Amino acid sequence: MRSGTIPLFPEAASTMASRVDGLYFFLVGLTAFFTILIAVLIAVFMVKYKRRTPNEIGARIHGAMALEIIWSVIPLLICFGIFAWATDIFLAMSRPPAETMNVYVVGKQWMWKFQHLDGQREINELHVPVGRPVKLIMTSEDVIHDVSVPAFRVKADVIPGRYSHLWFEATKAGEYHLFCAEYCGTRHSGMVGRVVVMEPDDYQAWLAGGVQEGSLASSGGKLFQDLACNTCHRPDAQGRGPVLQNLFGKQVSLESGETVVVDEAYIRESILMPRTKVTAGFQPIMPTFQGLVSEEGLLELIEYVKSLKTDSQVQAVRPNTGGPAANENTPAQTPPSRN
Amino acid sequence: MSSSTVSIPSTHYLNNGTTLKSWLLTKDHKRIGLLYLAAVTFFFMLGGAFAVAIRLELVTPAGDLLSDANYNKAFTLHGVIMVFFFLIPAIPSVLGNFLIPLMIGAKDLAFPKLNLLSFYIYFVGSLFTMYAMVSGGLDTGWTFYTPFSTVASTTAVVPAALGIFINGFSGILTGLNFIVTIHRMRAPGMTWFRLPLFVWSHYATSLIQVLGTPVLAITIVLVAAERIFGFGLFNPAVGGDPVLFQHLFWFYSHPAVYIMILPAMGIVSELIAAFSRKQVFGYGFVAFASIGIAVIGFLVWGHHMFVSGESVYAALVFSFLSFLVAIPSAVKVFNWTATMYKGSLSWEIPMLYAVGFIGLFAIGGLTGLFLASIGLDVHLTDTYFIIAHFHYVMVGGTIMAYLGGLHFWWPKITGRMYNRTLGKFSAALVFVGFNLTFFPQFVLGYLGMPRRYHAYPDEFQVLNVLSSAGASVLAVGYLLPLFYFALSLKYGEIAGDNPWGAVGLEWNTTSPPPTENFPVTPVVTWDAYEYPTPVEGHVV
Amino acid sequence: MSNGAAVAHDPHHNPNLAHHFESMEQQTEASILGMWVFLVTEILFFGGALMAYMVYRSQYPDAFALASSHIAILPGAINTAVLILSSLTMALAVHAAQTGERTKIMFFIVITMILGAAFLGIKAYEYYEKYEEHFIPGMGLQFIFPEPEYQQNAQIFFSIYFVLTGLHALHMIIGLGIMTWMFIWVKNGTITSEYFAPIEISGLYWHFVDIVWIFLFPLLYLIGRHVHHV
Repeated sequence: MRSGTIPLFPEAASTMASRVDGLYFFLVGLTAFFTILIAVLIAVFMVKYKRRTPNEIGARIHGAMALEIIWSVIPLLICFGIFAWATDIFLAMSRPPAETMNVYVVGKQWMWKFQHLDGQREINELHVPVGRPVKLIMTSEDVIHDVSVPAFRVKADVIPGRYSHLWFEATKAGEYHLFCAEYCGTRHSGMVGRVVVMEPDDYQAWLAGGVQEGSLASSGGKLFQDLACNTCHRPDAQGRGPVLQNLFGKQVSLESGETVVVDEAYIRESILMPRTKVTAGFQPIMPTFQGLVSEEGLLELIEYVKSLKTDSQVQAVRPNTGGPAANENTPAQTPPSRN
Repeated sequence: MSSSTVSIPSTHYLNNGTTLKSWLLTKDHKRIGLLYLAAVTFFFMLGGAFAVAIRLELVTPAGDLLSDANYNKAFTLHGVIMVFFFLIPAIPSVLGNFLIPLMIGAKDLAFPKLNLLSFYIYFVGSLFTMYAMVSGGLDTGWTFYTPFSTVASTTAVVPAALGIFINGFSGILTGLNFIVTIHRMRAPGMTWFRLPLFVWSHYATSLIQVLGTPVLAITIVLVAAERIFGFGLFNPAVGGDPVLFQHLFWFYSHPAVYIMILPAMGIVSELIAAFSRKQVFGYGFVAFASIGIAVIGFLVWGHHMFVSGESVYAALVFSFLSFLVAIPSAVKVFNWTATMYKGSLSWEIPMLYAVGFIGLFAIGGLTGLFLASIGLDVHLTDTYFIIAHFHYVMVGGTIMAYLGGLHFWWPKITGRMYNRTLGKFSAALVFVGFNLTFFPQFVLGYLGMPRRYHAYPDEFQVLNVLSSAGASVLAVGYLLPLFYFALSLKYGEIAGDNPWGAVGLEWNTTSPPPTENFPVTPVVTWDAYEYPTPVEGHVV
Repeated sequence: MSNGAAVAHDPHHNPNLAHHFESMEQQTEASILGMWVFLVTEILFFGGALMAYMVYRSQYPDAFALASSHIAILPGAINTAVLILSSLTMALAVHAAQTGERTKIMFFIVITMILGAAFLGIKAYEYYEKYEEHFIPGMGLQFIFPEPEYQQNAQIFFSIYFVLTGLHALHMIIGLGIMTWMFIWVKNGTITSEYFAPIEISGLYWHFVDIVWIFLFPLLYLIGRHVHHV
């Protein structure tokens, strides 16, 4: 929104934006009210009680308990109200809807890589449709970055070694700034991009027109075989590792007695540091794949595991040849590199 | 003792010993305060020079004045110098050192030699940091976030960190000195509730210095160990947690901002009382509000980390507590305003700064509510809104109060008055320049302009140009006092013991005071700011 | 505004009374309060590192227990006894100071210093052992952990181990310096039964350094007691 050539206000292009703006305007009003109140009082006093003779002194007034209570309690109550309002907005921001269109984001100095589930890859640009909740699952390859889309009023740090999330539902087609908002080194101010929001039809057209490399899940299936994960993780429970079918999202018990939910972070940890959270009833024999799988590879494997449902299974690119005596000594291969 | 003598005594602390050694090895708290004054003024100008570079660069959307790397060093060093070498030490080490013994009726602080040591520790710390500046610079931001600062930055992180580490001990020892002094060195009859609010504020500040700064120290040790020895405490590649650094860092650095504002609030209490010739309304509430701010201030650090991945539960707790910490500050603002009601108000320069403080601190503090509101902070964090918020409280707040305090106590410190016209002009320039510089930044922040960017989208340019224009006005406003304060030393009107007609033990001795402060130890039988009879003072 | 009674300048005042204090009592109380405030800062200083320890221990309990089980307990236990004994001798030194028994004070200070040096010697030996066992993280050295799947997290344990024990050892060394200074002051007669606050506050510092070790010993050495090595 512009007034002349001075922009005062960013576009409101998401379902949360107007809620955030509402709170903002209330607080602007509150700030203006109290500031003007104090300023006017001071101005009036400065004039009305201006010193008239050099030796004049002020009245002897110690204080007033009633006033102290009033001007402590009223601001306190106002603060409670603001807190409740802001918390309501925040809880909505931290709880994505059940059905979201997921996009993986990998940040690295000084660029953004976006990976759609069906295989579309974008650099510094993210295409999304209007009216569909989108969840970004993000990690960094090096230092802490941050995805910020002011038009959607969303922001989240992107941290190496773990996944962070943010979600939004775009309401207006258009192009919006995407900034890195956590200082990350030399080209921090260059680590910018844009979110391109399209009407659903245009978005479908864009999807269809891209170069297809295969969905993330199918690439993950290929990686699953290349790295011989399938020798231990078999669908028939005969392998040395837990069955992965239908596993994503479930609670599992660990050897230590704790329970965890199988989410993106748990799968990632199990691949990189397999012996820290071993499933109950299994031996800690899984080797680590640290250094053998890139961040993108991890995302592909995660999507593959998510896709493992007994009723619909993504076809791996190569047919599964393993039987009970599946080869433990998979021939040495160069790790797949995806950059 | 009459308070209407308008002369400079023949011996006082300034001419009691004139060799360089008598200054560099002094144990007189007043001289040590002046040593600090020289040092912090130098660092303020140095930090200001970096600010000039930043604002010049930001006049155009492209990053065309400084390279990426140099811009990153400019804002880092601006922050490091201003926070650690100016804002944290300035009021306590200059005015606190000078005034606390005078205000409580003591001859000196409890540990004068420790006080001198504190100064030299500050000095050595600053040498390390300046060495870092010239041997590679520093580009981590003043917040040193890992893993960038431990693994990726190629600048002189360790020397700079060492400089800040050493400098921290200066603050810790000053705080320790103030605490023991206020407990043990008060003159007979000077009970806690007769203390000037300036002393209460410095007591609260000292509590924070003593409890918070050591945590910064250990955090720096861990970062240095990581960088020098290759330990992996914050490195995710070996299972370390980069966000743990943020918790440890902000556990100190949030209370640190109260180290920066509480002494300023103490000054404002003194100025409002003196220029209303009236007791501070609700003295007890203002005194306890300082302690309240110090205590609650230790519980809110997580509000810097709302988008860093902390749990929803933790975020809610920190948000709630952050709202709570606003209340004591609000109470102070209301009490100061009420003090002016039916006072005898004078428009002297210190009062202009005090009133300016109240207005600008109100805006700065209220914008803190925006940031405590998590749902809104998500949009505003790491943008220019944050920058505007903290400059309103630290510059519109602390620096205004500091200048007000310098203008108020200058006659006591030097025996001379400065040119009032230049002073008023300067104050006006500071007020106008400040608002022009930083108000547009609130708008820029809501628009989404991230901080630490030197290249930005074209549509943000007009607001940036306004901000840079304001900065040039502000710069003049800050340079002028150097000039007229220096002039006053030679040509200034002689001030006399109590030019403002104020109440306070410091005004009951000569200007400048004798080395031992009071020829005889005062016995106090009156409350703070008690104006029982018309006061004779230097007629304006 | 009236000013009050003049304080008489006592011609017999203690030569150690600094001129900004009104009385020896005020001076002594101030110095003791000062040392207590300083020790509070030290608690916060070590506290930050202990916080890091607690966070990682709760995240990687098995790795921490396993790593701790690889540290030999005997040297640590001996050191604990050495330090507790040194606190006793220090307390005896303070007691002797109250009665002005110069030789006794010097004797106990020296014993305290010998015990402190013994602590540092055993610590040096322990550090050397760590080097031999390849338990020193970073520093361009190879960190090799017997159970390789815990290597990363054990590295974190040992990083914190070295930060904590290193800082503690540094405080011990400073303590030895303070003891030396006190010894000199007792020897040259500065310390008397009217002026022994420096001995008291040195004692406070020494006891504090001892107490830090009492925390470090179980947290670093004893949490792996239940772990049995094959």
